[in-house]
Amino acid sequence: MSDLLKSYRFREERQSDWAKLDQILTRAEGGGVKSLTDDQMLALPRLYRQAVSSLSVARSISLDQNVINYLESLCTRAYFFVYGARTTLGERMMLFLRKDWPAAVSRSVWTTLIAAFFFFGGWALAFFLCLQDMDWFWTFHGQNFMDGRNPDATVEYLRSTIYTGTGEAGDGQLTAFASFLFNNNAQIALLAFALGFAFGIPTAWLLVYNGVMIGSLYAVFWDKGLGYEFTGWLMIHGVTEISAIVLAGAAGFVIGGAVAFPGAHSRIASARLAGQRAATIAMGCVVMLIIAALLEGFGRQLINSDVVRYVIAGATLVFWLIYFYAPRKELPA
Amino acid sequence: MTKPPLKMAPINATTAQSREAAVQRRARFAEEMRQSKTVRRLVTPEGAAIQLRLASVAERAGAFMIDLAIQWAIVIATLMGLSYMGSALSPGSANIAFAFWLVFFFFLRNFYYIFFEIGQRGATPGKRILGLRVAARDGGRLTANSVLARNFIREIEIGLPFQFVLMGGDQFGAWMALFGLLWSGVFLLFPVFNKDKMRVGDLLAGTWVIKAPKAKLMEDIASSSARPEAASRFAFTPAQTDAYGIHELHVLEDVLRQSTAEIKAQVAGRIRTKIGWSRIDGEADVAFLEAYYAALRKRLEQRMLLGDRKSDKFDVR
Repeated sequence: MSDLLKSYRFREERQSDWAKLDQILTRAEGGGVKSLTDDQMLALPRLYRQAVSSLSVARSISLDQNVINYLESLCTRAYFFVYGARTTLGERMMLFLRKDWPAAVSRSVWTTLIAAFFFFGGWALAFFLCLQDMDWFWTFHGQNFMDGRNPDATVEYLRSTIYTGTGEAGDGQLTAFASFLFNNNAQIALLAFALGFAFGIPTAWLLVYNGVMIGSLYAVFWDKGLGYEFTGWLMIHGVTEISAIVLAGAAGFVIGGAVAFPGAHSRIASARLAGQRAATIAMGCVVMLIIAALLEGFGRQLINSDVVRYVIAGATLVFWLIYFYAPRKELPA
Repeated sequence: MTKPPLKMAPINATTAQSREAAVQRRARFAEEMRQSKTVRRLVTPEGAAIQLRLASVAERAGAFMIDLAIQWAIVIATLMGLSYMGSALSPGSANIAFAFWLVFFFFLRNFYYIFFEIGQRGATPGKRILGLRVAARDGGRLTANSVLARNFIREIEIGLPFQFVLMGGDQFGAWMALFGLLWSGVFLLFPVFNKDKMRVGDLLAGTWVIKAPKAKLMEDIASSSARPEAASRFAFTPAQTDAYGIHELHVLEDVLRQSTAEIKAQVAGRIRTKIGWSRIDGEADVAFLEAYYAALRKRLEQRMLLGDRKSDKFDVR
């Protein structure tokens, strides 16, 4: 039997272990870690190390391409499994809510302030321009603003849009509208995040634009003496929604800042570090916008009292501030 | 003065041969260089080097098309189901059903990729079909934050150019759309212009997309010639097994594993001529090729163990 090739004998001795590893990996890739038995879990590290060392040896003694390609692919798969993420989706979500999200937001105070400046700057600009001369409203919105909430509307009509009359709430139209708004807002929030890559300039424009839209509408109601009522109508969900949009803008600025001013890192490394933090914030914005849509779709339609609306708005504000910025104990990672 | 022509002949033959060798090697080297541009080495904590092959732009685009088709199929199927249901429901509950569908649409649009890439395989169905996966550039864990970052960016890479294409209107609007398309096209075509084939999302997330095909372990060709009757029948001399190098061995392996009977017969004919093997009666081409493959591999592996890699047939030392 000395006539046999050394590389062939090498392969004969080890291929049953390779097949075992292959089988474990195939199973784990299909059904996750939980589908493995205890024996398989115990065998995995040994089989993995053996396959890796087989690969190094095979490279230096074997000229069989198939064996080397096979081991290469087996080791790559095993590497990603052995050193891959071991957390389940549920654990991951809990970690996100308890630690990652508030940490990412509280580390981005400056960009949040900049984003807020652009948004509320746009708001104030539109508000004061419109109060001076209502023609500005038409400049901002064009001629076709939905459902007649414009400077030509009567006070009674405007008031009726703030409160839900009896029998109106149940027709489901408002729910559909709220979910449409969520869709729109969440897509804008993700866009504001993504546009940060272009040095944050489009993000700033998007924030100012959204501020102008709300600010000019605000001026219409203010002008007709409905400022107090409209604030309640807007803020019951607006606290959450506007915070989400500002934070999405902040996420964009985090990226823009990292790309424009990389500091001590290389531009790519800096973008990577910032990108992950910014994506965490953007993910949080989606969560906030879901909550805002629930408040808008149900809360606002069912609650017609100004005081309760203000109380809810205040409570959400306090909640978000504490959640994001209150100092907390270090969680074990 | 009669000697020089006689002397010239062998020199001509060797220069022609070495020129041929140089041409072939240069072509092979160029091919290797081209391939090595997409290979990234990853050194595992065990100290072994694994070669990762980056997915090409075409494969990435193909995987994206498959995923897009799946998403659209889901959208169309659910919409049809909804309209079928909607005709049976009251307007109010139809509205609510539509509201839920809109939220579902948002999640399908933005979280389809995230849902699949966060899993163990690190790949969407489209990537799985084409044998690709997402991996962290530094060789570490693919974190959930990376997956979020690389997929939220999709909005400006795909969504934005698409919106500019749909935009239009009057002359001014058309110019704006064209400008916007050029601007957003930078994001869309970003993977073409960098050596790691990264999207903007990959850049921000610290990821790249690599090939992760499942290779099959096939039977060793040398095993069939290890049987005693084959070994006694095909006895090659050392000179015969030195006729070829590693490159030819690999080509022969591919021929034996993949090609048709005619090609095998042709290859067997050429090898017989080259090594001066006289065909024995009833000798099958495949049996001959397998036996020669085993003998050649054995010889080359022996030499390799002593630190002598004979790279091809022109490599004569």
